[in-house]
Amino acid sequence: MRTIAVLIRKEFTQIRRNRIMIPAMIVAPLIQMIILVYAANMNMRDIDFAILDEDGSSSSVNLISKYSSSPFFSLAGSVNSLDDAEKLLRGDKADLVIHIPANFEKNILNQDRPAVQFLVNGINSAAAVLTASYAQNILLDYNKQLLASFSKPSVSQGFGTIQIDYSHWYNPDLDFKIFMVPGILVILVTLVGWLLMSLNVVREKELGTIEQINVTPVKKYQFLLGKLIPFWILAIVELGIGLTLGRLLFHVPILGSLGVLIGFTAVYLITVLGFGLFIAAISETQQQVMFVNFFFVMVFILMSGIFTPVESMPDWAHYVNLINPLSYFMRVIRMILLKGSGFADVWKDFLSMGIFGILMISLAVTSYRKRA
Amino acid sequence: METETIIEVKDLVKQFGRFVANDHLNFSVKTGEIFGFLGANGAGKTTAIRILCGLSAPTSGSVFVAGIDASRYPEQVKKSIGYMCQRFSLYEDLTVFENIRLYGGVYGMSLKEIRIKSDELLKRLGIDDLRDRLIGSVPLGWRQKLAFSVAIFHQPKIVFLDEPTGGVDPITRRQFWDLIYEAGRAGITVFVTTHYMDEAEYCDRVCILSEGKIQAMGNPVELKKSFGVKSMDEVFVKVARNV
Amino acid sequence: MSRFTSLVKKEFNHIFRDRRTLLILFGIPIMQILIFGYVVNSDFKNIGIAVFDKSDDTHTRKILTKVFSSGYFEFAGNIHDEEGISSEFKTGRVKAVLVFEPGFGDRIDSGQQANLQIITDASDPNVANTAVGYLSGIIRNYQAEIVGPTVGQMMVDAQLRMVFNENLISAYMFVPGTMALILMLISALLTSISVTREKELGTLEVILVSPLKPSQIIIGKVTPYVLLAFCNGLMILLLGHFVFGLPVSGSIVLLLAELLLYITLSLSVGILISTIAKSQQVAMFASLFILMLPTMLLSGFIFPIENMPLALQWLSACLPPRWFIIILKDIMLKGNGLAYVWDETLILLVMTAIFLFAAIRKFSIRLKV
Repeated sequence: MRTIAVLIRKEFTQIRRNRIMIPAMIVAPLIQMIILVYAANMNMRDIDFAILDEDGSSSSVNLISKYSSSPFFSLAGSVNSLDDAEKLLRGDKADLVIHIPANFEKNILNQDRPAVQFLVNGINSAAAVLTASYAQNILLDYNKQLLASFSKPSVSQGFGTIQIDYSHWYNPDLDFKIFMVPGILVILVTLVGWLLMSLNVVREKELGTIEQINVTPVKKYQFLLGKLIPFWILAIVELGIGLTLGRLLFHVPILGSLGVLIGFTAVYLITVLGFGLFIAAISETQQQVMFVNFFFVMVFILMSGIFTPVESMPDWAHYVNLINPLSYFMRVIRMILLKGSGFADVWKDFLSMGIFGILMISLAVTSYRKRA
Repeated sequence: METETIIEVKDLVKQFGRFVANDHLNFSVKTGEIFGFLGANGAGKTTAIRILCGLSAPTSGSVFVAGIDASRYPEQVKKSIGYMCQRFSLYEDLTVFENIRLYGGVYGMSLKEIRIKSDELLKRLGIDDLRDRLIGSVPLGWRQKLAFSVAIFHQPKIVFLDEPTGGVDPITRRQFWDLIYEAGRAGITVFVTTHYMDEAEYCDRVCILSEGKIQAMGNPVELKKSFGVKSMDEVFVKVARNV
Repeated sequence: MSRFTSLVKKEFNHIFRDRRTLLILFGIPIMQILIFGYVVNSDFKNIGIAVFDKSDDTHTRKILTKVFSSGYFEFAGNIHDEEGISSEFKTGRVKAVLVFEPGFGDRIDSGQQANLQIITDASDPNVANTAVGYLSGIIRNYQAEIVGPTVGQMMVDAQLRMVFNENLISAYMFVPGTMALILMLISALLTSISVTREKELGTLEVILVSPLKPSQIIIGKVTPYVLLAFCNGLMILLLGHFVFGLPVSGSIVLLLAELLLYITLSLSVGILISTIAKSQQVAMFASLFILMLPTMLLSGFIFPIENMPLALQWLSACLPPRWFIIILKDIMLKGNGLAYVWDETLILLVMTAIFLFAAIRKFSIRLKV
């Protein structure tokens, strides 16, 4: 125990003295957090659109004004031919061209169901789908208006209507930031612990100082715990800072128990730090450890469900996620913070993480060699 | 002087793939001796010393250090040895005292004991003022002397020095050897590798290594006599020619 | 010249000896593209729905059959009281609850208004929103079925055409993005680490005292990385083309030229970082936090730039990947020629000039001191 304490003390002294450590650990990630939360915005607004009006009637002008007055769209200009329309799309001057055909008004009056054509820049498929659906919604409104003015007879035939009513719990305004902040916290905590620690271990290998430790009676597990514990503490501190910031800047709710969250983070960190130690044990240079870690961090983050729901991923991804610690943490932190889930709701995740943690630490201890 | 054997190496072989770094080494070191391990770069000195310290496992042969089988219980060996290697081994971003505290603590010394002994040590070396300086800013000569002092701080039975005076000026080397003698007088066995032949003269006994084999072994005076030369340098040249 | 080639050779040896890093360098883009292609897509399926059916009649059962045979939703259990809703949400499996009021079917049959409530777990707002959309659609369809076809509901039809990407393949977005990211990773991160590593180990001094000019040293140092990055870029192009059917509509020569320009730019950034950074750790953090994360987040690769606050849009304009992604998309997908990407190319050229100048200057100063 004392040996570990001596090693931890040494580690903290070094961290304190390393000028890059504190900014890298606190300032940089927090800036990232602020940027990411603001950047990670899936709501569309100000979609640039252009008009190709071949009718020029009051109906077409009426329709166009519906678009230009919508907060989702902003008029980028009008064109006179399909060729010009395509040029605008090509030059990224507009993402949507609304093409109103000739005789639009006449066909409406004759009830010939004219068609408005929407040309959408489809390269960003997700954005294109949203753009198209916003555009169609406005057209739907326009339809309703027309229908009302033509005052069709009601179509009830003895059956009642179904009234759909919905309510969004935990996040009634569908605020995307509240969803993203816990996700960012996961990344921050993971990067600070995992990356910094494994870099630190390999740095000692490169500098040769590890040799001096290896020749002492320090046991493998003592050395590894001496590395793990300081970064484990730092990462938990990082969680605290991130949470405070998320609370102050983005009003992220903390519905569940902080104790459960910190407890889970602590168990989770043992797993990822253990994995980091394992990678450090089998790597020789900082460059290597950096890239190997980068690979796993990237795969784990993308698959963790930070942007898209895990349920919708293909079956094989579910199996990968069974061993992806980030996917557990991503789910649990959101559950605790946003929904107030308690220990009873996440005890299974605790258990899985605990088992992983033990496995990872043993893997690290067995793969770390005091002698060649 | 006691005549108890503290290091006993029999038929030590270390192979890296097809390359034989240590080819059936046989030697023993007695308690309190200053034993020199001589040889050119690549002769297999570092390989052997790493095996003795438990940093590397031998391919075959037996290695007993302080009565313990180093190939089977390397961790046991580590309790009774000190080690200082050619690559600089104190933490540059820790102060002199912090380094001492780290290694003292690792060997289970109490903080109080560390404090008292480190004050004593720094006073003896005449560098009390360097106590709270970062190792990175301490002159190289002092760093080497400190590294040695840290290696014997916990009073091991044996201290292994792997090319301890590499890149150091002759005066500092001389002072360094004074420290080694001092340790020897305090009863610590010193096992030192070097390729400086003048340093070989300071040893009680030397062993000349070349191409992984022991070519000659004995007291420097006897060796010079048997080769009929005046300096260890000439002994070494003769040994090298015979190979 | 022979001194120069030996420098290049040394650098190549350095790269190829570290097999693991090399493997990872080619593994990252492959994994990333496959994950974006097959895992992180906008598919919506298997979303857990719990049912709180206070009526349990033929209508509610028919609606539920439709909901759970749609492929979007999965039955995640029945709820029998109000408290059950929040406890289901808290365990995480259930994303939405369908609540039918008592006598739901009777009300429909007797021509009254029947109420149905969708309660979502909006802690994931996207899922909540989409679930409401799909569920409402399914229920409205059911209503249309029982009521029978309605006449004259639409006065004006919509006709959609997705230009440049008819089938809305998401690869059109993430392949260029991955390319910008990975080339930045290799060029900037790898070079900056490798130069600072030599600094740390002191081997850089040896090269610096050689009679080579600073520009020769820099070129010798980066040539292997240019080749490595170029191969990687080609691999990503081929992968995008053969696995996801990404076209190269424009000129290949122009595309490759732009690729080289971007690589040069990233390398100059890497060299600049390495002249400033004292240790590998600093170089890594600089590269990671100044280059990698912003590249992922602000270059328009994952999140559309138009939606960002103005300050972030400006920040994004300072990032080379943003312009490179536009160029890639223009040439590959839209088949645009140089005339269309001239502005972006000019921006990259200016950036390259600035970084290269700064890097060589910094490097020479170091040499003189």
